[in-house]
Amino acid sequence: MSGLIACHECDLMQRVGTLPEGSTATCVRCGAILHKRKPNSIERTLAFALSGLILFGVTNAFPFLSLKIGAQVQETKLITGILELHKSGMSEIAFLVFFTTILVPFLQLTGILYVVLSVRFGRLYPKFRRVFRYINLLQPWGMMEVFMLGILVSIVKLAKMAKIIPGISIFAFFALIVVIAAAISSLDMHLVWEKCDQYRKKHR
Amino acid sequence: MRPVPQKTPIITARQASLISCHSCHLLCKPTALGSNHGLVCPRCGAKLHSRKVNSLKRTWALILAAFIFYIPANLLPITTVISLGKAQSDTIMSGVIYFIHTGMWPIALVIFVASVFVPFLKLIILTYLLITVQRRSTWRLKDRTRLYRITEAVGRWSMVDIYVVTILVALVNLGALATISAGPGAIFFAAVVVTTMFAAMSFDPRLMWDAKESLNGRIQHT
Repeated sequence: MSGLIACHECDLMQRVGTLPEGSTATCVRCGAILHKRKPNSIERTLAFALSGLILFGVTNAFPFLSLKIGAQVQETKLITGILELHKSGMSEIAFLVFFTTILVPFLQLTGILYVVLSVRFGRLYPKFRRVFRYINLLQPWGMMEVFMLGILVSIVKLAKMAKIIPGISIFAFFALIVVIAAAISSLDMHLVWEKCDQYRKKHR
Repeated sequence: MRPVPQKTPIITARQASLISCHSCHLLCKPTALGSNHGLVCPRCGAKLHSRKVNSLKRTWALILAAFIFYIPANLLPITTVISLGKAQSDTIMSGVIYFIHTGMWPIALVIFVASVFVPFLKLIILTYLLITVQRRSTWRLKDRTRLYRITEAVGRWSMVDIYVVTILVALVNLGALATISAGPGAIFFAAVVVTTMFAAMSFDPRLMWDAKESLNGRIQHT
């Protein structure tokens, strides 16, 4: 059965051989993407995940947006709005925002780093398979790029009331969006499972 | 010279009595793995199902819930601003209308599309897909699969209004020139986004294609 895959969207079985680097296999019947082969997948993902973690630290440690009214400057962090919502009794929304913009990106980055380091050093760390499965499950819930659109809308909305000064954190946040997207798209899922399989066969 | 179209046998994993793991996409032979319930993928350890479990029922339930949440989400205020002792509540639509009046129609368009149009379109498309699956329709399967793909990808952008509220709450309250708080509409709105996302995840596009196989008489539905 080697090389045989069933399309995850229409269940059609088809043979996908070893793809050349940088190419994509799509389903002949419904057009779904079956496999994307990335060049230097593991090394690239490692680089993106590491830089992502640094950017994540910067994003959460420094001021995000500041509001200037007259001589008065008020600084906010990424977490400020979430805490304010929680204080005013909107804990459900506070949690949803925390989950989609802080927790999921963090778990994605650490999870990807764990998996990639494991493959890089050729040994399976504890719970490897579970961690890798959960990364895929979490993916739809990371919504930082939507938050970015929210920032733009808010800035326009408040532009008449006060002056908005972007902080260091907001630039780190923009970079983080790009880096996380790059880390996810450079990680070759099939390659990781193949390596996992090889290792398990060798050490059975 | 055009390449001669190859005749490939059209056979699905289900017809071959194989199960494709939904998590790692490994083709598994259920007979080699033992009993029929509690099958686990030998490679990644995920539970194996030929199709998503109770896909139609779950998706219907989530869609109906989302339709119900959609009404208060649009009627109840999403923010309340108190400025100089004057309170003003805004629903999603009144926010959009405010932006149109102040001449910021690109922002009005962004909010309208993300918060009103996309969730509604998503509900309509998923309802349509569910009905066509239940009628065993084989009409334009490829386009319907594409429709599903778009629905799945676009839903997240509806969260933008929730984020705007979060950012405004952070900035305005600290500025002490006004206070702003999230209204009950925001909770229903968040519920719409979350339930439609789960609905899109629980729908199985392979069910659409199953109608084609049953039409060809190659598979007997149990």
